[in-house]
Amino acid sequence: MGLLGDIAKERVLAVQEFTLLSTRALGNIFRSPHYVTDIVRQMDFIGFGSLPIVVLTGFFTGAVLALQTATTLATFGETSLTGQLVMLSLIRELGPVLTSLMVAGRNSSGIASELGSMVVSEQIDAMRALGTDPSKKLVTPRLVATVVMLPLLTVIADFMGLLGGFATSFFIIRMNPSQYWYSAYHALSFEDLFQGLAKPLVFAFIVALVGCYYGLSTSGGTQGVGRATTQAVVAASVMILICDFFLTKLLLWMFA
Amino acid sequence: MEQQQHETVAEFERVTLRFGDKVALHDISFGLERGETKVVLGAAGAGKSVLLKLTMGLLQADEGRITVLGREITREREEDLYELRRHIGMVFQEGALFDSLTVGENVGYVFERMPAVSAEEAERRVREALRFVDLEQTYDLFPSELSGGMRRRVAIARAVVGQPELMLYDSPTAGLDPITAARIMALVVRQRDARQVSSLLVTHRVQDAVLMARSYYDARHEKLVVVHDGGSLEETPKGWSFARTRFLVLREGETAFHGSLEELCGQSDPYLQKFLV
Repeated sequence: MGLLGDIAKERVLAVQEFTLLSTRALGNIFRSPHYVTDIVRQMDFIGFGSLPIVVLTGFFTGAVLALQTATTLATFGETSLTGQLVMLSLIRELGPVLTSLMVAGRNSSGIASELGSMVVSEQIDAMRALGTDPSKKLVTPRLVATVVMLPLLTVIADFMGLLGGFATSFFIIRMNPSQYWYSAYHALSFEDLFQGLAKPLVFAFIVALVGCYYGLSTSGGTQGVGRATTQAVVAASVMILICDFFLTKLLLWMFA
Repeated sequence: MEQQQHETVAEFERVTLRFGDKVALHDISFGLERGETKVVLGAAGAGKSVLLKLTMGLLQADEGRITVLGREITREREEDLYELRRHIGMVFQEGALFDSLTVGENVGYVFERMPAVSAEEAERRVREALRFVDLEQTYDLFPSELSGGMRRRVAIARAVVGQPELMLYDSPTAGLDPITAARIMALVVRQRDARQVSSLLVTHRVQDAVLMARSYYDARHEKLVVVHDGGSLEETPKGWSFARTRFLVLREGETAFHGSLEELCGQSDPYLQKFLV
């Protein structure tokens, strides 16, 4: 019972710390000083830096989606609907989730290891000693940069997925190009776009804040940095997938 | 004037700090007067670094009161302490320089939050601080391009650039060769004598502590001069005396000794004797 009590207390404390960090990071957006240079630098690192993996992931997801759906649709003689299926799957689900998972893998780990190294080398304490609030200087710029860049990266991933789907349809399934684009374009509604952009906006909070939380709570030297990095990626990925289910349910209810 | 000389810069009153079940500091009380140097000795894990972090407000005490530069900081919120911290300089054990910033940016970091100081004035003061530690040529280099000793000297420059009233040194010579360690200690003594800054010096090297107590910086000849027992004090800086350096020895988070070097030498406690061997 004692051990269980300790674990439960530890978890509750972690939730409390995470909530406090998130509230402070959000509140900092409305409090000066604002570290604009740091925001731009993080946008470059998180946004532009993630572009290659997002482009590749998007393209091949779209391509394989077209390949799989076309085979199934062929049994019903409806290969012409390939574009529609690729478009809806990508915009509503796969684009936001896969992009967020890729960005979490790259950036939650990057943020956790960077901040974790700063903790163990006492740079965070030095920053506080020099009169700077680490949550303003380090957490808020990463949060703002991720919130701005993740939806944009998702749009790029969606577009690349459509291109991938088109490449498969044209070169492998030998579909008429206009048929693919026509069915894809006409399947799209405002509801799909809203879902596709609302999700990465929420996931961005998870990617940035989970990375910052694990980084800033690092303890135990370089081994602790490695542990924090792994925990950040695992926690961010799992939270994205769980959150995706509830968010989808909520959005479907809103547009029902 | 007499009253100003005995002004307390930092005061601990029955301070206790725990990390979970482990007591890091227990019932610690001492005062640091203006111009005084307090050398904090103790074995690893005795609570020396924790004591400095409490003084800086980086940790909060569980019990007792801490007053720094006339302000009680024990229950202050983090954001209320930033202004106070600008009057305190701290040198961390490994330097704790920001890897992503150049030496010049590291030293000038404190001016980022001081809009009243112009960019030109900030650069002038940064160069002056780097000249103080004899590293002006490293202005555009990154910390990774410097040796361990140079990084500590840059850390001292970063701590003194804001002209603090209180200096906190966390084992500034730990892990350094004797030549570099002597150079670092010369800077510490020089900083103390040049501006009569109060200091808390954490160390486990007793030779540093004795050097701090018995030497002064001769600005004319730019070297440290050791004053021996019964030696002349005529050449020493204004206000200098053996009594301006006092010792606080910690043992497992508790005060094992507090007093002058002579009093420490007279102790028969085996734990204290180990430091004097």
